[in-house]
Amino acid sequence: MADALDLIDAREPAQPDTPGDIDIQNYTINFGPQHPAAHGVLRMVLELDGEIVERVDPHVGLLHRGTEKLIENKTYLQALPYFDRLDYASPMSQEHSYVLAVEKLLDLEVPLRAQYLRVLFAELTRIKNHTLNLGSHVMDVGAMTPNLWLFELREDIMQFYERVSGARMHAAWFRPGGVHQDAPLALLDGIGEWAEKRLPRLFEDAISLVADNRIFKQRNVDIATVSKEDALRWGFSGPMIRGSGIPWDLRKSQPYDAYDRVEFDVPVGTRGDCYDRFMVRVEEVRQSARIIKQCLNDMPAGPIASLDRKVVPPKRGEMKRSMEALIHHFKLYTEGFHVPAGEVYVATESPKGEFGVYLVSDGTNKPWRCKIRPTAFSHLQAMDFMTKGHMLADVTAILGAIDIVFGECDR
Amino acid sequence: MLSPAPRQASNEGVIAAIVPALGGALIEAVERVYEVTFTVERSAIVEVLRTLRDRFDYQQLMEIAGVDYPARGERFEVVYHLLSVTKNHRVRVKLSTDEETPVPSVTGLWPVAGWLEREIYDMYGVLFDGNQDLRRILTDYGFKGFPQRKDFPLTGYVEMRYSEEHKRVIYEPVTLAQDFRGFDFTSPWEGADYVLPGDEKASPEAKGAPTPLTADQIAKAGTVTVTDKPPVEQAKTTEHPGQTGAGQAHPGNQPGEKPVQADGKPAEPPAEASKPETAEPKPPRTTKKKEGK
Repeated sequence: MADALDLIDAREPAQPDTPGDIDIQNYTINFGPQHPAAHGVLRMVLELDGEIVERVDPHVGLLHRGTEKLIENKTYLQALPYFDRLDYASPMSQEHSYVLAVEKLLDLEVPLRAQYLRVLFAELTRIKNHTLNLGSHVMDVGAMTPNLWLFELREDIMQFYERVSGARMHAAWFRPGGVHQDAPLALLDGIGEWAEKRLPRLFEDAISLVADNRIFKQRNVDIATVSKEDALRWGFSGPMIRGSGIPWDLRKSQPYDAYDRVEFDVPVGTRGDCYDRFMVRVEEVRQSARIIKQCLNDMPAGPIASLDRKVVPPKRGEMKRSMEALIHHFKLYTEGFHVPAGEVYVATESPKGEFGVYLVSDGTNKPWRCKIRPTAFSHLQAMDFMTKGHMLADVTAILGAIDIVFGECDR
Repeated sequence: MLSPAPRQASNEGVIAAIVPALGGALIEAVERVYEVTFTVERSAIVEVLRTLRDRFDYQQLMEIAGVDYPARGERFEVVYHLLSVTKNHRVRVKLSTDEETPVPSVTGLWPVAGWLEREIYDMYGVLFDGNQDLRRILTDYGFKGFPQRKDFPLTGYVEMRYSEEHKRVIYEPVTLAQDFRGFDFTSPWEGADYVLPGDEKASPEAKGAPTPLTADQIAKAGTVTVTDKPPVEQAKTTEHPGQTGAGQAHPGNQPGEKPVQADGKPAEPPAEASKPETAEPKPPRTTKKKEGK
């Protein structure tokens, strides 16, 4: 006992604490999975030094539903609706990659009207996706109003979806060979008028609140800058790679469907920060409106799906009159069509970036393997290097600018 | 190309240019369905991809996919998809491996490979040598098994629910209210490799089928013909009416005696049966039924 007391006496007296001397250890917090700014079920383990983020470890997979495994057990047509449910903010864009992959394996020609219809709705989907993302990004950094205003536009597009396919979100309207049903003339009229008048008014109104807003810029400019080299190394695509200044747009460089027949510009950023990514998306909405108007003007009349009856089922009216059509209808909706053996990787420019489908066929009516390349996977992985050294409050801004939907990331 | 799929730069000359650079690492180079695929040695993958990135300008690694072919010796394929944003071209590089042999990681070339390899490890159990962070990624915390393997059932092995009793989420073996229905769509007329129900009767008795044959005869079932019947001790003949199987004339089997009612009285003729119905018209149907019994 005495020894211990001696030891204590021998120690140097404690210095009075001053703020700079206090040794604070890094501490770790959980961001999500139940966080309104996590855009779904993202859990991020953040290691903080005070308020500076030292390390980010995103835990994904909380929405994993085994889509790829399910697709292996379905026919090619039955697999299609799963794609709506991947990125539920832009359903038809996901279908687009899949139907193009199937058509590439089949080497199937698609009528021009179907190509235009698909481009038209892919661009509507892009606006639908961007209005949601721009609004929620703005809300993540503290502004409420633009989000509410942009939701009005989103609702309009949902109604276009409903009028063309019967479903507000999960349309399953793109089919291998074309589209499921023709768009009524009144709908095309309505879309034209909407793109001419209502879209610019509402959209520019909402964006004018934030684009030049001082607070919004303070929260986004020079946050998470990504150089061109980093964008390539981390597998970026879509607005993320364009925000970094690389003019890479699959619609332009590898045109599919009728994209080589329409004119549009590809916006690029200059600094590669969150603000650039935001503004790239803003400009993309304007360009999409341009494409929509061209599609409506140039769309020819004609069939809306391939007339190859071994792939595309006949219409119901025909089925009631023709025995051959009845047999085709029955076979295509039970057994489905067979796809020649082979493998393709088809990527399209979804609103979030390169959405790819790697489809391996063994010659039967079911895919042997359907690997889905989500955009969010590579973007979210870069979260660590983008966030390092930024403040905790910037995490939401960076996440918002990445534009993640977990249905797609987790599959 | 007839289909409206994405149109990239031409594949012409790509194989001819790249093949010499890959040297001995290359197993096969093909162009199928308008896409170029290189199959390479597993051990050389890092060098191959480095060559493609640095000498042939395939700057981006867009995707790594796993595929399972259980029939092959090395059952897994790992498929790398590269993109060149300057040449506007894609190539695919493939290698094969099994459950135990690790694949060299390419995280040193592209940091994006980290998660892509984690996903393949999670889904197929393919190991990547050199990946510093080879944790599971998409499946649940504490998940067992590799769900994308072809021998993993679609329904999985465990299911999860919130238990009111335990006040927490619990895991249980999967119980299916209805059997999983996998439909086989191959046409039975075009070479299905199974016997249709009923078709087994068309051939002579197979081993294990219910049969009047003796064990000796079954042992040489292949040689048995349908005409081989067990020996009959007494030939069946019909000498008198008793052998016809018609049965004896029963004393109570006369027409007037046949239907007996519940109270033991003989059945009344139909004209009399209608009489009480008219006398008691209150509940006509129920009384009628009771009478019938």
